[in-house]
Amino acid sequence: MGTVFSFDVRGGEPGAVRGALDAAVAGLHRVDEVFSTYREDSEVSRLARGELTVADCAPEVGEVLRLGARAERTSDGWFSLRHQGRLDPTGIVKGWAAERAARLLAEVPGVCGVSVNGGGDVQLLGVPAPGRPWRVGVADPLRPGGLAAVISTAGVSELAVATSGTAERGAHIVDPRTGRSAVTDLVAVTVVAPRLTWADCWATAAFAMGSRAGLAWLDPLPDTEALLITAGDEVRCTGGLAARLG
Amino acid sequence: MHPLRKTRPLRRTVLACAGTVSAFVLLLSLKPHSPPEVTAAPAPSSSASAPGGSGGSGSGGGSASGTRTVTGEPVQTRWGPVQVRVTVTDGRITDVTAVTYPRDNPRDQQINSYALPELRSEALRAQSADIDTVSGATYTSDGYRESLQSALDAAGL
Repeated sequence: MGTVFSFDVRGGEPGAVRGALDAAVAGLHRVDEVFSTYREDSEVSRLARGELTVADCAPEVGEVLRLGARAERTSDGWFSLRHQGRLDPTGIVKGWAAERAARLLAEVPGVCGVSVNGGGDVQLLGVPAPGRPWRVGVADPLRPGGLAAVISTAGVSELAVATSGTAERGAHIVDPRTGRSAVTDLVAVTVVAPRLTWADCWATAAFAMGSRAGLAWLDPLPDTEALLITAGDEVRCTGGLAARLG
Repeated sequence: MHPLRKTRPLRRTVLACAGTVSAFVLLLSLKPHSPPEVTAAPAPSSSASAPGGSGGSGSGGGSASGTRTVTGEPVQTRWGPVQVRVTVTDGRITDVTAVTYPRDNPRDQQINSYALPELRSEALRAQSADIDTVSGATYTSDGYRESLQSALDAAGL
């Protein structure tokens, strides 16, 4: 069981796109190798055990830890780089890696649009076709096959859509304060923001906060909109979400 | 490739942005916190589906312009094997069904009665003209996706 990444690249010379795609995929495998907390010999596992310092690790480790520390501060600790006291940056790595892969692909000459979907979290760049925005369905957690909303990139050149939720098999988001599954009235939080790195972190943090505190925290965040769905099927959203619906 | 081929309007829209390349890749360890003991992962070599990677076990045939069905590789999940079959008509997915999925206990059946229709509609929706992709909390669907992708690879999509 892992995370499936899917890529959709529009435009560009096919050979060049294929080459960039190979590089992006190799980059994701390398990220998996370096950051995996399930591999005892990964740099992050060795860092957590004190066998390495950040300076000994790949430069990406320092970058991700800096971003994660920023996420911890912005979320007042609701997003955490630690799990049960142990260093565990997996909460930020997936979004960061998908965003990085998308940006790599967008650099290929002639590419007009990139969509990278990492396990339901999406980074969009450019347009899928001239005059048309990317459109992302937000799965309705309470209605199989239904969409809770459709997010459009109309008017912006980059947008990310990240969803955190209890999913089908029960809670998998941990409350950093208790170390246990988050006690929340939410079944899903979808965050819309320019960068997937942050959208993913904010969705995780807001989910753990619950609908009231989560919405109050998300609403004033710059360039950030959100859709929150409670177990009671109540839908709440930030003031500016309407402008992102399409 | 087919300079003389008549293109349908939808096809033309895509071609207007010359060349579309799609790919899937499966990573084993990047997931939110969950107890390590339940994350028994399949061997990386057999489960990574990189671009142009391993195809599924194609079954059924037919020309590229007709209707054909392709069955993906069975994928082990922690709850049991998952195997997906797709029906392709004129180069588009017209149906997705799970031929094998966990159903050993009432809980599995309950979950799959929810998850499988959801995943089916997600796969169909993702290629619709209106929606490019879907955001949602995914957890059990990876095996399904992986088998689906091997079917798509085998179908040449």
